[in-house]
Amino acid sequence: MKKDSMKLILAGLLIGVGAIALMLAGNPGNMGLCIACFLRDTAGAIKLHSAPVVQYLRPEIIGFILGSFLLSLGTHEFKARGGSSPMLRFAMGFMVMIGALVFLGCPMRMVLRMAGGDLNAWIGLIGFVLGVVTGVYFLKKGFSLKRSYVQKPVDGMAMPLIQVLMLVLFLAVPALFMFSEKGPGSMHAPVAISLCVALIAGALAQRTRICQAGAIRDLVMFKDPTLLWGSVAVFVAALVMNLAFNKFNLGMAEQPIAHTEILWNILGLYVVGFGSTLLGGCPMRQLILTGTGNSDSALTVLGMIVGAAFCHNFGLASSGKGTTPNGRIACIACIVILFIIGFMNSRNEASAK
Amino acid sequence: MTEVDARGLSCPQPVLLLQEALKKNAEGVKLLVDDFAPIENCSRFAENHGYKVSRKDESEWTVLEISK
Repeated sequence: MKKDSMKLILAGLLIGVGAIALMLAGNPGNMGLCIACFLRDTAGAIKLHSAPVVQYLRPEIIGFILGSFLLSLGTHEFKARGGSSPMLRFAMGFMVMIGALVFLGCPMRMVLRMAGGDLNAWIGLIGFVLGVVTGVYFLKKGFSLKRSYVQKPVDGMAMPLIQVLMLVLFLAVPALFMFSEKGPGSMHAPVAISLCVALIAGALAQRTRICQAGAIRDLVMFKDPTLLWGSVAVFVAALVMNLAFNKFNLGMAEQPIAHTEILWNILGLYVVGFGSTLLGGCPMRQLILTGTGNSDSALTVLGMIVGAAFCHNFGLASSGKGTTPNGRIACIACIVILFIIGFMNSRNEASAK
Repeated sequence: MTEVDARGLSCPQPVLLLQEALKKNAEGVKLLVDDFAPIENCSRFAENHGYKVSRKDESEWTVLEISK
């Protein structure tokens, strides 16, 4: 097996173990790590939405960005760059979040839910794969968000430095933020553990470029399974940990923070897979790229945060009880808009050069 | 040798451009990239398809010479 694959397997195993450790330390069920859920909780903590059960400034988000930032500084891979269709990236981040909150999880949580025995996530995987395949169709037609350009270092450092500021305020003046007293937002591991695991996971993800959307994309486009090994390793590690700690529960009903609506689990993750492929990476990859100075990815993350706020302010987000009418309409609208963006940015309409 | 400019493009576009270029120029191409992920992904793609990759770092970008 090649060195890249071995690195991805090792990183995936460590991230999988870390995710379940976070769940055992207090994070919600099958949600040791979930970038979409944690950005949503952070949006609640800074009062962008007022859903009382999903408000907490998740240190994992800060840790992922700073882990990637610190490692990329150390390895001289930090490079401030941006300017590649920023508004479209913001909008697609927004839509990826809608899809994730209709399903209830990002691709990382999809894998963790699958490893917890949640069959709804296995069904959702169909939608995710179809979404990535649709994205690949447009990439093969020459889809491009155009070139990015080198920026001043401070542009790339802005988002990591904002994370440092958030962490300092969180530790020094927690009263500034909203914290759930019940529901998923109230369930969390101790701050130091969350931060340490995410710093390490962020550094590992930066080093290996692990990405769930990229995994399926590379397999379909180039018959290259390298990235897929990372996701498989996360799954295997989480599965073994769940079995060892008696957290494995096979079935569709009564799964933690999940609903059983087959069509919407598929379509929610279809939006996530489609949008992530056009964006060049899943939500976790966007956090990691943000840490390396990519302000296009930073804008995508901001799009996801604002998207999460809209999801709760306008009743788009699902809950354990199921999807909402508004969420279903928004999910369909996102699919239509992603197709329009796909066609408008393909080679017939716009050259990659 | 044909030169392909993939600077500023995010993955997987540089790999796609390389794939297209190698279809037209099977003996090899010169690829300009300026970020670490495309450097690794394009090198891996070329090596998986039986090409040799030599890397030359300029101040702002990297030139990958991909040849049989």
